[in-house]
Amino acid sequence: MTRSQILNDGGVAPDDPAGDTPTNQEPLAPALAVNVRLHVNGAQHAVHVSARVTLLDWLRDDLRLTGTKKGCNEGACGACTVLVNGRRMNSCLMLVAQCDGSEVTTIEGLAGPDGHLHPVQQAFIDCDAFQCGYCTPGQVLSAVACIQEGHTRSPEEVREWMSGNLCRCSAYPQITSAVLAAAEGKV
Amino acid sequence: MHPFAYARPHDEAQAVALVAEPGSTIIAGGTELLNWLRLGITRPDNIIDIGRLPDRANIGLEDGFLTLGALATLNQIGEHPTVGEHARVLGQACLLAASAQVRNRATIGGNVLQRTRCAYFRAAEPLPWACNKRAPGTGCPARHAMNDEHAIFGWTDDCVAVHPSDPLVALAALDADVDLVSPEGARRLPVGKLHLAQQEAKAIGHDPATQETVLRHDEMITGYRVPLLPGARSAYLKVRERQSYAYALATAAAVVQMDGDTIQSIRVALGSVAQRPWRLLRAETSLPGNRLSADTVREAVQWDLDEARPLSGNAYKVRLARNTAVRAIMAAVES
Repeated sequence: MTRSQILNDGGVAPDDPAGDTPTNQEPLAPALAVNVRLHVNGAQHAVHVSARVTLLDWLRDDLRLTGTKKGCNEGACGACTVLVNGRRMNSCLMLVAQCDGSEVTTIEGLAGPDGHLHPVQQAFIDCDAFQCGYCTPGQVLSAVACIQEGHTRSPEEVREWMSGNLCRCSAYPQITSAVLAAAEGKV
Repeated sequence: MHPFAYARPHDEAQAVALVAEPGSTIIAGGTELLNWLRLGITRPDNIIDIGRLPDRANIGLEDGFLTLGALATLNQIGEHPTVGEHARVLGQACLLAASAQVRNRATIGGNVLQRTRCAYFRAAEPLPWACNKRAPGTGCPARHAMNDEHAIFGWTDDCVAVHPSDPLVALAALDADVDLVSPEGARRLPVGKLHLAQQEAKAIGHDPATQETVLRHDEMITGYRVPLLPGARSAYLKVRERQSYAYALATAAAVVQMDGDTIQSIRVALGSVAQRPWRLLRAETSLPGNRLSADTVREAVQWDLDEARPLSGNAYKVRLARNTAVRAIMAAVES
């Protein structure tokens, strides 16, 4: 590993599959573009991206995974929610560079390979938990995490822990019902 | 977003050296920094990602202190049993902040360095109005216009902004220390001394609008230590315009030690009323030795609120802050 290699690739060793293991004790120089390796919906990607690209824009513009929606682009609406290493996060508030070595799940990755819907997706359909549907991908991923976290012991708890996902059609009662139904395995 | 270069140091020594370079800014969670970059609040040349520095997300007990690494997220702190047992007020403050998604990324190091939610400050460039924080010397439109969510303590004509953090208020009431590191070494400060109200910045000869903390550019927060107070009970109360996922109109963090029905010691900090957590020192001095009652507490808290200087649109905050403090104290004792 030479100094110029490190300078040119933003500090990620090309032979390091996880991308986050230190292989060199030289100081790292900040770079305008970085090498990033990450999994999206199970598929591995190794890309060279501008340091300022957000996970949201990269998913939508480069991978064409447009199920992840761009609402406020400032962390206020939750439409861009994805799972990163199993935890829900606003993809508009993360740089792709920060996701090096991560596993990302978007709405496109929830259903089974045969197209069989995830129980939370089915619950949203069964409960009429959307109208225009723009917030739905973020709602669904947030709900998947909310259930995994165990924050579904009451409607009040669901509303509190789902408050990071706004629905301007105001389908909140149906969304709460869908989350509770999926959590109780009633799908 | 202005172009910048990115580096992810592998250890603290690398991080400290890179952060000290002129034009460098730290990113950890990034939930605040990315919005600053979009709005043009800051234009760093280099962004140094400290988010994966080893051993900086730890939460534990050590020699009579609860210790928190700067990279612990708000959800990790809020749901940690040790925090719930020894610093309930801090856990509550963390979980009442932001949303579940934001709390999965936002760190306790970065949270206290978020900046005001003043709508004049948070506008995108080119700024359509004056703001002494964004363009020094242009003025403060909030001083005589939309200021219903602004300060009632510590402000000057230069700036009337408040600090929006919830965990910071709890840390201040807990008498926590913040640990800092720079190329010159480590130092430790009381959390309550980290931020400056506008009047305080002015009093030490700094720009009241832009000098918001005593941090130097090359310094980085590495963690906090919270002294364990035997038998202390605590509570955090947050008043918002909607029930969840909103910044506060007023908050209060209370830490109380009781001896039977008598208040033994009490520490109370108000949030979202000044550019730093506002400790109610008169109440803290006068209440110990008194029997606990809501009337006694209200009277003591009122002495502190008598010092408030409300703006044209936020006189309501004086009474709201008083009642929030009283309720937080009573909730702490009842916990």
